[in-house]
Amino acid sequence: MEKGKTKAMNYEPVMGLEVHVELNTKSKMFCKCSADYFGKEPNTHTCPVCLGLPGALPYINKEAIEDCIKIGLALNCSISEVSRFERKNYFYPDLPKGYQISQYRWPLCVGGRLQVTDNSGQEVTIRINRAHQEEDTGKLTHRGNETLIDFNRSGVPLVEIVTEPDFKDVESVRDYAKKLQQIFRYLGVSNADMERGDMRLEANVSVRPVGQTELPNYRVELKNINSFRFMVAAIEYEIKRQIAALEKGGKISQETRGWNDDKKCTFLQRSKEEAHDYRYFPEPDLPELQIKPDEVGKIRESLSELPWDKQKRFVREYKLTEAQAKILSESKELANYFEQAVKHGKEHGVEAVQIANHIINKKINIEEILPTQIIEEIKGKKVGIVADEGELEKLAEQSISENPKAVADYKSGKEAALQVLIGGVMKLSKGKADSAKLKPILEKLLKG
Amino acid sequence: MTNNITKLTLTETIEALKRKEFSEEELNQAYLSKIDTLNPKLNIFLEIQKKSRGIPAAIKDCILTKGTKTTAGSKILSNFIPPYNATVIDKLSEQGVSVIGKANCDEFTMGSSGENSAFGPTKNPWDLNKVPGGSSSGSAAAVLADLCTFALGTDTGGSIRQPASLCGIVGLKPSYGRVSRYGTIAMASSFDQIGPMTKSVEDAGLVLDWISGEDNYDSNCRKEKFTLQPGRLKAEIKGLKVGVPKEYFGKGLDAGVEKVVKEAIKKLEELGAEVVEVNLPHTEYGIAAYYVLITSEISSNYARYDGIRYGGTRDLFGPEVKRRIMLGTFALSSGYYDDYYAKAAKVRTLIKQDFERVFEKCDVVVGPVSPTVAWNLGEKVTDPLTMYLADVYTVPASIAGIPGISIPCGFSDNLPVGLQILGKYMDEETILNVGEVYEQATNWRKEKPKL
Repeated sequence: MEKGKTKAMNYEPVMGLEVHVELNTKSKMFCKCSADYFGKEPNTHTCPVCLGLPGALPYINKEAIEDCIKIGLALNCSISEVSRFERKNYFYPDLPKGYQISQYRWPLCVGGRLQVTDNSGQEVTIRINRAHQEEDTGKLTHRGNETLIDFNRSGVPLVEIVTEPDFKDVESVRDYAKKLQQIFRYLGVSNADMERGDMRLEANVSVRPVGQTELPNYRVELKNINSFRFMVAAIEYEIKRQIAALEKGGKISQETRGWNDDKKCTFLQRSKEEAHDYRYFPEPDLPELQIKPDEVGKIRESLSELPWDKQKRFVREYKLTEAQAKILSESKELANYFEQAVKHGKEHGVEAVQIANHIINKKINIEEILPTQIIEEIKGKKVGIVADEGELEKLAEQSISENPKAVADYKSGKEAALQVLIGGVMKLSKGKADSAKLKPILEKLLKG
Repeated sequence: MTNNITKLTLTETIEALKRKEFSEEELNQAYLSKIDTLNPKLNIFLEIQKKSRGIPAAIKDCILTKGTKTTAGSKILSNFIPPYNATVIDKLSEQGVSVIGKANCDEFTMGSSGENSAFGPTKNPWDLNKVPGGSSSGSAAAVLADLCTFALGTDTGGSIRQPASLCGIVGLKPSYGRVSRYGTIAMASSFDQIGPMTKSVEDAGLVLDWISGEDNYDSNCRKEKFTLQPGRLKAEIKGLKVGVPKEYFGKGLDAGVEKVVKEAIKKLEELGAEVVEVNLPHTEYGIAAYYVLITSEISSNYARYDGIRYGGTRDLFGPEVKRRIMLGTFALSSGYYDDYYAKAAKVRTLIKQDFERVFEKCDVVVGPVSPTVAWNLGEKVTDPLTMYLADVYTVPASIAGIPGISIPCGFSDNLPVGLQILGKYMDEETILNVGEVYEQATNWRKEKPKL
């Protein structure tokens, strides 16, 4: 074994993650402007409040607070009965008030945990320090020598989720981020699209000799990284860079670094000396945020089943394997599709496991094929199938006359509308129509 | 005729309009011609709006008026034309009130004399060499000089009550949360309140009725609206307990002012009130705690004037604004927060508790508004600390968020003295009642300067 490698084995990474997620609420965090800003004409979703005009004041959006609580509950946090907004003061052109309304000493959700899978496939628990509510900034676009500001995003609700420094390897970071994204989508609180910036990751990375229990006396913050892939690459690079530096007997400074994907390396963005003093203090324009336990109870009851709970239930209820259950609970849409198919399957004597296999092996596109159809597909040439073209045509005509909107949609170019008509025939035939023959028949009728 | 119209109180004006003694046009004309004559001398209005409809009110220039320049007495906003109205302006216009002028004030309401305005000081109509008090300097002088039916001021640490006292008019600071702050340029958000400055106590009650109540744009604004009962205020204070804090009559209080205020308290006793001595032991820490807390909030509130969007750089801030931004930035800095902001916040709690304890023993607390009568223009401008101490009797109520009113109660050295009446949180009614009874039994409000 090479000498260097032996030495490298003596260090382990210590990492924490900060995740920002933009909520998909109707209005912004503290004003009545629409929060749906993506791709909109710049500076059209603005008002005195999100422009920070003199005299304007924040007014709390309850929907955002509920979403933050949902996230907190999904992460097993306790919900503070009393929390507070504070001001984080710093100058930046995209921050019209000169401060961001955030939470600091008294966050809304505290002390949670999430199970993730590490490099070796082991389940590890990541402790969540907090999930707190804050607001987004405007967006700067640099064009030649000028910089343009769009305040449409200013004041859009953000939730920040901060872990304890519990990550020991890159795989658990990746799994954690993926799981969070899945939670946000299951809860319906965010699209959690990394590329659009709905979800943003920041990793705090440091390394220490194996066996050392106390935390390293520095940390490097990796910021402004907009994909899972880049984040993983940046962390891997950073761990190597830090170990190499320590092995040379060097010291690593507390700093913020970004990722250069062309050069495949991290680079210095801000040193410790340039760090802001945010001068946090309680936001005097807002009262304490008081959440009654029965409100939390109501939100808890309204929570949709979380992916891992669904997964367990699928194994228990439908006798699926862990692997099958995991795939089918990947998204809420797929899980719902599966369960609908199971319901139909029961009527036709098709087993849940058969359905699961079919969806997974055939890579069924759930947007195109109805759950009733896959039951047919599974039953294949089983008895009772309506394959007679004359009979199918009759059913197709009936479906066309019953679904004028789908017909109009189809004629205006939305081919997916055909599925509605196919579904109509399936319904009329109690799922017995031969779907393979049905499509050309419908197309012929619609064109004629 | 002109003089007779402008001498009327707001309530009397409304009655006269109802009886068709004069038209709204005549009303506005009377005030506008008086403004023409007096404004150049007094420097009260930064903007004058010549209208023929509505009940003309003077609005402190830190309150946003859509389409009308609003500078808050600062060069930073010397060209700022707001795209929206403050909530109080919308509420007033529902009542048929129009804005006759934007009243001068200390820059961003920071000051106790009016001299910090970037557009020159307002003169005290009683003596043009004296300050009118501040920061609602123009509002107070406009009411006194009969250049409006009433005015709106703002009060963060005394900015309504102190100029009301120094000009000899009625000035009411409502409880924190009684009136929406939306659209009023903030000085210190957890202290600021908008309130009436009027020719009579009854007028103050009426204007509060108009501007108070819930607003979905100010999270700290409470649902409870103040309602001026029909039949107005009850002229009766028999058995009412009036607390006199001994801390409000100590060192620094001018002997002439003390004499006038004590006579006023005696008058209340004659009118049936029971006077009890009370203690507000944390009063002496009030000013220190106040200036730590408000400057902290100011340092954050004024970050938005960053030179990017309102034209002009931060050099345009006057020295007092710069001083407060720097003090507050220091107080909130890492390593100092606990010693300054956190400690001052504790004092705030103690001062609140002082009042809660006192209000178990009495219904209102009375004392002086200002330790002195109006001083000479220029006298204190180079000594900010002395200027801060002018707020010593008004700041505690601001810290506690309780309502306070200044009503004229006599003269010392031919300059007016105000009596301050403080009430329980959200109990403006009792302080207005006491003020009304006192006003009915005396003639101070009818004293007017010869201009």
